[in-house]
Amino acid sequence: MLELPALGWQSIVIFVVFALSLLIATYCTYAERVIAAFLQDRVGPDRAGPYGLLQPLADAVKMFTKEEFFPGGANKALFVFGPCLAMITALMSSAVIPFGNNMSFGNNAFFLQGIEVNIGMLWIFGVVSLGVYGVMIGGWASNNKFSLLGAVRAASQNISYELAMGMALIAVLMMSGTLSLREITLQQSVAGEWQFWNIVKQPLGFIIFLVCAFAETNRTPFDLPECETELVGGYHTEYSSMKLGLYLFSEYVNIFVVSAVMSVLYFGGFNFPYQYELRDWLVSNHDWTLASAQNLITILGTVGLFAKIFAFIFFFMWVRWTLPRFRYDQLMRLGWTILIPLAVFNILLTGGLILFGVIQ
Amino acid sequence: MQLTNRAKKLEKKPMTLAERAYLPAIFQGLSITMRHFFMKKATVRYPEEVRPFSPIFRGLHVLKRDEQGRERCTACGLCAVACPAEAITMVAGERKKGEEGLYREEKYAVSYEINMLRCIFCGLCEEACPKAAVYLQADKMAPPRFERDEFIYGKDRLVEPVSPDERSVRGIQLTPEQADTLRGKLQQA
Repeated sequence: MLELPALGWQSIVIFVVFALSLLIATYCTYAERVIAAFLQDRVGPDRAGPYGLLQPLADAVKMFTKEEFFPGGANKALFVFGPCLAMITALMSSAVIPFGNNMSFGNNAFFLQGIEVNIGMLWIFGVVSLGVYGVMIGGWASNNKFSLLGAVRAASQNISYELAMGMALIAVLMMSGTLSLREITLQQSVAGEWQFWNIVKQPLGFIIFLVCAFAETNRTPFDLPECETELVGGYHTEYSSMKLGLYLFSEYVNIFVVSAVMSVLYFGGFNFPYQYELRDWLVSNHDWTLASAQNLITILGTVGLFAKIFAFIFFFMWVRWTLPRFRYDQLMRLGWTILIPLAVFNILLTGGLILFGVIQ
Repeated sequence: MQLTNRAKKLEKKPMTLAERAYLPAIFQGLSITMRHFFMKKATVRYPEEVRPFSPIFRGLHVLKRDEQGRERCTACGLCAVACPAEAITMVAGERKKGEEGLYREEKYAVSYEINMLRCIFCGLCEEACPKAAVYLQADKMAPPRFERDEFIYGKDRLVEPVSPDERSVRGIQLTPEQADTLRGKLQQA
């Protein structure tokens, strides 16, 4: 059996996570078009390959072969740096997401997680808020009024909604007592005793988090930064070729990450009902070793987590093709006068329930 | 100022809590789009799937032959007169000895051209024809082309093929049996 130091396994895992985020984001573009079509009684792209499955490839070729345009008066270095930053931050955040429980082959034991840090949640928040710099820098460097307005909108929107998002999260952290995503996941299912997923204990917090997630990823109904009816293309008005591609792509990576975070925080992550019962049943009735049974439920759990993520991604797209865009003042009012007070109320409620021992 | 008595008084009622909470309306909208997700799609995947034509559709013209395989057209020019778009031109000629198997009447069209860019597919030529020679097929359309002069259809593209194997009725190729029957008839004549 191949023996690798723990770090070796972790680097393989992180590479797989990186490739998977890119692959999923690629096919999100396809899924978006097909889902949009189906919701509008059309069939969507079906010419490139069977069922149009090669469409993302065709899109990429199109993006790469388009003209690289630099607007006059643009700050070239920042103009290039903007989309890069957007993409880097989008990809960085998936590193701490626990995609599965522990696996072991012989003496090698590792977690299906890029890096296990005890501040996983803070890492995600930090990196996601960095993402707004990508938009801001790109919009500012374009030397275009529309781009700048789009960027300013993006910045103010992200800052406003991050507050409510963070406060919705604090209620979860009050229950879990840890910032580690892995710990939070494991707490949602403890061997031998029935643990509910956090959604049962935090329904209000979840709704707040969900709404903020839409705003954070600049998706409809909160896609004001790229509001084409008012701002041409928003912050990416001046962008062409693959630089535009990177912006659009980072949006899908962000959707993937935020779906993963929601699955982990509120929907039990890689846990699925009766997993430990299944493991013990395999060990006692079918002579499986504990390690192989654990490996099996880890794989099943990872599949389950991805099912949850895909469900969320579908939900994002479903909402996009259902709801119209908010007006800017409505967006701000919703963020500051409804979501933040609700989030504070949720914290108080959770605190009270913990104090009186209703939830833990 | 009141012009009619039909003006409807609108009262702007304050929104109820459910309306202000957005969420019920959002779920309503989501259920509508989800219903559409499973509905039958309106798209026709064109090259693979062709929308059925009406049986009285007026498409591309054809110059018919009679039962003995002779051209019916006698170049009388009534179709050209009837044509509101002036799309039809023809040159008449006299049938020579030995051409009786080719042309039905003593006069025939040496050339017969329809400009498909001018044609409005009204079918008046079909109505005007006393010899039942020109018809608008219900199953074919003038296909797109790159050059304008390719839209001027001459006899090479308008006249029905002679060979029974290439003949078709309403766009459906004759079956081998039908073609054989036709061939027998042609040989008898």
